[in-house]
Amino acid sequence: MTKTYTVKQLEQKANTIREDIIRMLEHAGSGHSAGPLGLADIFTALYFDVLNHDPKRPDWEDRDILLLSNGHCVPVRYATMAEAGYFPKKELLTLRKLGSRLQGHPERLRLPGLESTSGPLGSGLSQAAGIALAMNMDKQFHRHVYVVTGDGELDEGNIWEAIMLTAKYRLSNITAIVDRNNIQIDGPTESVMPLEDLKKKWEAFGWHAIEIDGNDIEAVIDACNMARAITEKPVVILAYTIPGKGVDFMEYDFHWHGTPPNHEQAIKALHELRTLGGKIRSEHE
Amino acid sequence: MNGMHLLDITKELQAEPIRKGFGRGLLKAGELDERVVAACADLTDSTQMSLFKGKFPDRFVEIGVAEQNLATVGSGLAAMGKVPFVSSYAAFSPGRNWEQIRTTICLNDRPVKIVGSHAGVSVGPDGATHQMLEDIALMRVLPNMVVIVPGDSTEAEKATLAIAKDGRPTYLRLAREATPIITSVDTPFEIGRAYVFMPGTDVTICTTGTMTYQALLAAEQLYKDGIDAEVVHIPTIKPLDAATILASVRKTGCVITAEEGQAAAGLGGAIAELLGDEYPVPIHRIGMKDRFGESGEPDELLEHFGLDAKHIRLAAHHVTERKK
Repeated sequence: MTKTYTVKQLEQKANTIREDIIRMLEHAGSGHSAGPLGLADIFTALYFDVLNHDPKRPDWEDRDILLLSNGHCVPVRYATMAEAGYFPKKELLTLRKLGSRLQGHPERLRLPGLESTSGPLGSGLSQAAGIALAMNMDKQFHRHVYVVTGDGELDEGNIWEAIMLTAKYRLSNITAIVDRNNIQIDGPTESVMPLEDLKKKWEAFGWHAIEIDGNDIEAVIDACNMARAITEKPVVILAYTIPGKGVDFMEYDFHWHGTPPNHEQAIKALHELRTLGGKIRSEHE
Repeated sequence: MNGMHLLDITKELQAEPIRKGFGRGLLKAGELDERVVAACADLTDSTQMSLFKGKFPDRFVEIGVAEQNLATVGSGLAAMGKVPFVSSYAAFSPGRNWEQIRTTICLNDRPVKIVGSHAGVSVGPDGATHQMLEDIALMRVLPNMVVIVPGDSTEAEKATLAIAKDGRPTYLRLAREATPIITSVDTPFEIGRAYVFMPGTDVTICTTGTMTYQALLAAEQLYKDGIDAEVVHIPTIKPLDAATILASVRKTGCVITAEEGQAAAGLGGAIAELLGDEYPVPIHRIGMKDRFGESGEPDELLEHFGLDAKHIRLAAHHVTERKK
């Protein structure tokens, strides 16, 4: 995919994606708000700059692979894929409806381009490891695997099994991006199950860790470029994001983890996003 | 014997662990198809993957003691077009990693071959923790999953080669102890087929895995008792060969099922479901009856839990009485 977007244009795309997320969730009447909104900048960076992919050929054999381990955040992936041209935008309003290709949690067999089926947490990185191992066996050194995980998801043992395996086999063709938004369903991560010192933990397991502002698109792109250039070990990007980013009454509030906006809230959220129009970073810093 | 090319069970038979046949089959499958890869959770010799690892070290992944990772790395390998065999003891895989198998292999429809060794009470002295009894039940309820339980090492080799060519997620169940070899290289094996290993008219004995040999022994004794038993060997528990089983039961009018696992929801469950829907007849399920195993020698345990020819013979007398 040709990379022709300026940072300003990418920020506008992220804002459009946020608006689509709000519309989708309101229409669906259920689903997760905070995570998808927080991840909009990362997904914009991935689909419109970082990934080698082709929306017209989702199974293109030279593409990079993006796995969404925290499947509940899939609205951001659907909205970004539609923005990128994988499928018509009007299909976004079928989210979570009977017969839809846009299942509540992503199902690979239903929608081309999803790469895997996820929802139950903690299994994305190990699938990435299997994919990266196969790429190495087949000498597909031009391809790369990205896996997005939540931070609450790091409570799962499976993911630490995968962290060890990935370091053991020095799978530098994997970049993990942790959505460090500090919330999970029962509350703040550090009260539900403390994760810190998270950077030191990944480093102790043999990874190179980079910390960034995950709502800064330019920082996401830079970190991904750096990750791809590091070949000694796998790289994790600890992306500090604001849950609910862009909608004032959702930001930082863990109650919005698994809740959609109702009609009035959606109107208010869309009004905010439109007013901010691409300048949302400055509003809340 | 009935075109099945079986060996004569009235004579001294060679015995070999069923998992040995898997090891040979995997090596051959690897030679035939470079997409075949293997991963193991720290039990490479025990599960007989060492043959493959020795020949194809670059196509082998050592996962360590991490069965959840085993299944999900397998899913990732399959995503890239590989045909991954992932092995451990059945108690751990699919015992521990059922959800990963459900989501990343079955719902995701990736053709991972899950190989569970050391299944059943015949694991022996290691005791209940390591005697996997619920694996058939756990795997056969999963949509898209094929479930294979070979009856001896020769059949295990054929089954391994067959599943390597099959594009579906599969569970292959293996036993630890030496099991008499009853089939020959000419005995047919196809995924999804059941085979009449001994024809009869009075009772159908549906068996799988290590219990098929016991059923054949029982059938020999029953013939002397005046009961003509038909032994239907069922190496594929899912998809079940309903036509072969129903044809036999319509003839005999009563059924015994025999397996080295929980009779509930295993082969016994599968047959009871089929007959309940299609052709209800008296049925007697032989297997573990809602309990765990314990330490002991394999033969002692099989007798203790009623999983041998003697108990199949007794059951045949009971169940043929019930149809009168």
